[in-house]
Amino acid sequence: MNLGKVVGRVWCTMKDAHIDGHRLLIVQPITPELQNTGRRIICGDATSAGAGEIVYWVRGREASIALAPSEPPFDATIVGIVDEIHVKRPAETPAAPPKPNGRKRKGEAC
Amino acid sequence: MLIARVVGELVSTQKHPSHEGRKLLLVQPLNLDGSNRGDAVVALDAVDAGIGDRVLVATEGFSAMTAVGRTQSPIDMAVIGFIDLIDLLPGVS
Repeated sequence: MNLGKVVGRVWCTMKDAHIDGHRLLIVQPITPELQNTGRRIICGDATSAGAGEIVYWVRGREASIALAPSEPPFDATIVGIVDEIHVKRPAETPAAPPKPNGRKRKGEAC
Repeated sequence: MLIARVVGELVSTQKHPSHEGRKLLLVQPLNLDGSNRGDAVVALDAVDAGIGDRVLVATEGFSAMTAVGRTQSPIDMAVIGFIDLIDLLPGVS
């Protein structure tokens, strides 16, 4: 499971029938220090998360299980909204520098 | 499975019902020399680990679910043990 921040939504009309009724959110993966890391991904949502919220999400087969019984063909799903993060890193393992962000295209909304 | 260090805890009230009653830990995967490997990840706790512990983390769904005792639930990482000692052959790092 990974941390992320909800930065947008996706709508689609023509889609797999099992996806009907599920929200699709754009999630920016973040570090515990709230720095962006890696590329944004599209997640299903099992928690009614909203824009700007910090969440944690699962990937793989478990992403479908989170939305049982419809089990849509998702490979990433938000399974919790984070209220607080308590970080206490030992001195010998400082935070890794954040990876570069995903490529931005001209006119990208989020 | 990964070698990792517990570096934090998450508080979450609105979450999947299968995660209730278990601690959510932030774990930082480590290389064999103890340096950080990639970003910290979120794992459910199956052994009552705490901040600062060096632990073993299952990174696949079935093993993580089984360790936590909740099959058919959206869990893909779980802390499944404490690491006391890592013994390497000479020259391996």
